[in-house]
Amino acid sequence: MIYLDNAATTAMHANIFEQMKPYYLETYGNPGSIHAAGRGALHAVMDARATVAKRLGCMPRQVTFTSGGTEADNQAIATAAHFGQRIGRMRMVASSIEHPAVLRALEAWKARGFEITLVDPDETGVVQASSIHDALDDDVCLVSVMAANNETGAVQSIEEIAAAAHSAGALFHTDAVQAAGHIPLNCEAAGVDLLSISAHKFHGPKGVGALVCRTREGAEPIIFGGGQERGRRSGTENVPGIVGLAAALEEACANMDGDARRVGELRDTLELRLASIDGAMIIAKNAPRVPGISNVCFDGLDHQAVVPLLDARGICASAGSACSAGAVQVSHVLRGMGVPDGLAKGSIRFSLSVDTTQEDVDAAAVAMQEIAASLKR
Amino acid sequence: MANSKGRVLVAMSGGVDSSVTAYLLQSQGYECIGATMKLYNNEDVNATGHTCCSLDDVEDARDVAFRLGIPHYVFDYSAEFEDEVMRPFVEEYEAGHTPNPCIECNRRMKFSRLLKRAEELGCDYIATGHYARIQQQGGRWTMLRGLDPKKDQSYVLYSMTQDQLAHTLLPLGGMEKTHVREIAEAQGFVNAQKHDSQDICFVPDGDYLGFLERYRGCAYKPGDIVDEQGKVLGQHKGAVAYTIGQRKGLCIGGAPEPYFVTGKNMAENKVIVGPRAALQSQGCEAVNWNWIAEPLSPGEALRVHVKAHYRQAPIPAELSVHEDGTVRATYLEPRQAAAPGQALVAYVGDSVVGGGTIARAF
Repeated sequence: MIYLDNAATTAMHANIFEQMKPYYLETYGNPGSIHAAGRGALHAVMDARATVAKRLGCMPRQVTFTSGGTEADNQAIATAAHFGQRIGRMRMVASSIEHPAVLRALEAWKARGFEITLVDPDETGVVQASSIHDALDDDVCLVSVMAANNETGAVQSIEEIAAAAHSAGALFHTDAVQAAGHIPLNCEAAGVDLLSISAHKFHGPKGVGALVCRTREGAEPIIFGGGQERGRRSGTENVPGIVGLAAALEEACANMDGDARRVGELRDTLELRLASIDGAMIIAKNAPRVPGISNVCFDGLDHQAVVPLLDARGICASAGSACSAGAVQVSHVLRGMGVPDGLAKGSIRFSLSVDTTQEDVDAAAVAMQEIAASLKR
Repeated sequence: MANSKGRVLVAMSGGVDSSVTAYLLQSQGYECIGATMKLYNNEDVNATGHTCCSLDDVEDARDVAFRLGIPHYVFDYSAEFEDEVMRPFVEEYEAGHTPNPCIECNRRMKFSRLLKRAEELGCDYIATGHYARIQQQGGRWTMLRGLDPKKDQSYVLYSMTQDQLAHTLLPLGGMEKTHVREIAEAQGFVNAQKHDSQDICFVPDGDYLGFLERYRGCAYKPGDIVDEQGKVLGQHKGAVAYTIGQRKGLCIGGAPEPYFVTGKNMAENKVIVGPRAALQSQGCEAVNWNWIAEPLSPGEALRVHVKAHYRQAPIPAELSVHEDGTVRATYLEPRQAAAPGQALVAYVGDSVVGGGTIARAF
């Protein structure tokens, strides 16, 4: 099997799993317990929090562990909504290419009285800070723009956008699920108030994420109970998951420069070969991108046929984000970039990781050439 | 697969029939791929119960595919379904006809788009869980009624072309429904006892008027119910809601014998009623005819049985064809008039001769 769907999820690395294992089998205590078993688990969570804070450029107490990126996004937006309600600002601005975890959460607040404004990216897939700026006024409580887009890999200018948000008196949130561990992130340096990450996108475990919240009030709880995570996220801590998240983030950040260069080169090789297919268009080619994501539109092909055909050849790739019924609709990201629906229909996302080899890329390119030829016959 | 009898894309709705279809073909040595067609968004049709496109149904299909160890994909045809089935269904009703969208769905979705997808995926066939039989006789592909008389679905498949018939497998055609359920039960399929779908999938509650009004976003105007002479006998709640031959729901009191809908005047928003005798008809004419058997030539006549709606008992008739391709079925004895828009399907014995859309009764 050739796995080129790392933007969906990554393989957990064995050494990360080894670091998690003791917290299932030996130090299995509840961090809330005051005895030795609990203390061991608590220290592991404290260590993890410090590692995450260091790698994301914030203070440990500003990190809340969650069940994943979606929960972190939801909590970030809830935090901003409460901020808005406190100071009487009832509008939220986001890009139109956000992940559904952000878009649907915004819709939920729209139903509770907030006005939502979505800003389109330019044709390269980048949201211009000036477009965000134009959408701001003194009624805005939140600007949310992802750090890197999950479908195109386009890296967004979060520093400029954060500055625009702050000058309007709004909080700035970035969904960094596709960026963390892949490109440098520093909340303090970039002026990010709220940032969401998910461990399984950088070879950590599924089911664990984190929210950085640098506001004075801290993250607003959306799950209530025993008051864990300083009352910001109740529920017994997922200790092995939290340990795995921190270990995976640490590893990804420590090796980032070398990995990014190698993965980026593989991605460029793949794109060079795919570009030779008649009607192929590389999406967001002229934007800065995370190294692993390549979105190629094949004019005249339908991803609904291409993905199963790749699957039949043992190659795992995907179209846009899968909806819960399993059918994939025309991508809102490509639509937002102005890619015509006909072309977007032939969009395939290949996403690479540090585990990807030259052979994987070669096989995918050959398979894609064969598939394109067979479908165009 | 070295010993494969061929690769098949199995249309899996999540129901028991298509699940057993996949199981049977796999046991017969075919290499199967499961496919669920997403035809509409449930929110759009206000479907709360079971339909073929709910998440539950997709999950049931996926569950069965997983048990069989076959890949399963969901293909989104909602835009095409809207353009080619759902909207035309509404427009036909508004034109005063009584359309059968299942036939259009088979014609335009399953046996064209899904078949094309099957070819793209390198499949030799598509398969569905319809109860009908496809056989090659001489050089021609023929279609026969399903052996289970209660389940026979050949009526909704009359539009199939020779090429479609040659590339379609219907493994349930020779089976009884009770046996199909037994197989599903024995295999532990989650849907073994799932209810049979009765109504049109996107009108699961059978409330056509409600669906049409939701689709259009407005209510249809009430109007007069009149007799053949134009005398007003009552009020209707929107002429689209009535179909030829309908007796229930007219709410006309004090008449010596019951009234039936005999016609509709959509331009004047009138429903025309009369006594049962006024519904007497000698036959009907159908257009867009598809021949499954060898086509008739103008001037020829064939003794057949016809069905003018899905649940109708076959009517003895004589079939002939005009120069312009219109097919005429003359009943051997007068019958209740057929509703324009419904399908007319002709049989000789168990074989489907062909079918078309009823244009008028005479």
